[in-house]
Amino acid sequence: MAEIRVNPTRMEMKKLSARLTTARRGHKLLKDKRDELMKKFLDTVRLNKELREQVESKLAEVHASLSIASSVTSRKMMTEALMIPGRQGTLKVSYRSAMNVKLPVYDFDMGGGGKSGCNYGFAFTSGELDSAVAELAELLPSLVRLAELEKSAQMLAEEIEKTRRRVNALEYIMIPQYERGIASIRMKLDENERSNTVRLMKVKDMAVKREIDAAKKRDA
Amino acid sequence: MDYRIAIIGDAESVVGFMAVGFSVFPADDEETASRTLFKIARENYAVIYITEDLAKKMPEAIARYKDVPIPAVIVIPGRRGSDGYGLFNVKKSVERAVGADILFKD
Repeated sequence: MAEIRVNPTRMEMKKLSARLTTARRGHKLLKDKRDELMKKFLDTVRLNKELREQVESKLAEVHASLSIASSVTSRKMMTEALMIPGRQGTLKVSYRSAMNVKLPVYDFDMGGGGKSGCNYGFAFTSGELDSAVAELAELLPSLVRLAELEKSAQMLAEEIEKTRRRVNALEYIMIPQYERGIASIRMKLDENERSNTVRLMKVKDMAVKREIDAAKKRDA
Repeated sequence: MDYRIAIIGDAESVVGFMAVGFSVFPADDEETASRTLFKIARENYAVIYITEDLAKKMPEAIARYKDVPIPAVIVIPGRRGSDGYGLFNVKKSVERAVGADILFKD
């Protein structure tokens, strides 16, 4: 693992320990963020699962009704009937923010006609088609809500993945690196200090010895 | 800004959605479907539904839009009913976030 190579000075040690403090604080914050995101994600995904199961079974019913409708009406007639209204639904997208993740909120308007109103001529189509379309219109809000939840879950999942990487990078790479850097500087400094002490002792010994020698010479 | 909803799938499955104001893009094979998806993803469609049968054959194309806020590509069962591919996708995102599947243990 790459070590931090720095000059073993007090200055550098101070800098490193400041960075270590920041890294620790960032790590704690990100960890909290990850936990909160996870909580939100699990809530979302649980709802998502339930709604998806509901929507899927309802949609199967709608498809069944539609195929009954298409069996009693000619295909051409049906396509025409469905196409002619030329409805263009509009979808308003707004965002809500959860832990700084943009989550979509959809608001769909079918456009034209009432909520379940069939705006095609009744003359050539069967009642089955009307009820199939009504069923579909009824299902619509759930379908849109499903899209909302599923997209939210995907966005949250991505953010959690990112945050987890950051947390791990801080926890297992950055912080240990700083700690080792600081430890090595401290060792170097201690070592320097010891060698300094030894040198001083040595010098003092020499000085004392010289004094003694000088004294002896005077006495002799 | 106003967006719209699109649906891609085999003609039989999607024709009904015209009546509720979706833009319908019939596609019979995954190539047409993915080309349509790429094309309309650049236009103002915020939600694009796609039928399971097609979605299953083009996971890479769908994965492209997983991390962007718009559009949301959502898999729904087609005329032939569901075989759990939609739920499988939900499960995938749980695995991605949590690292393990904790919701669908069974």
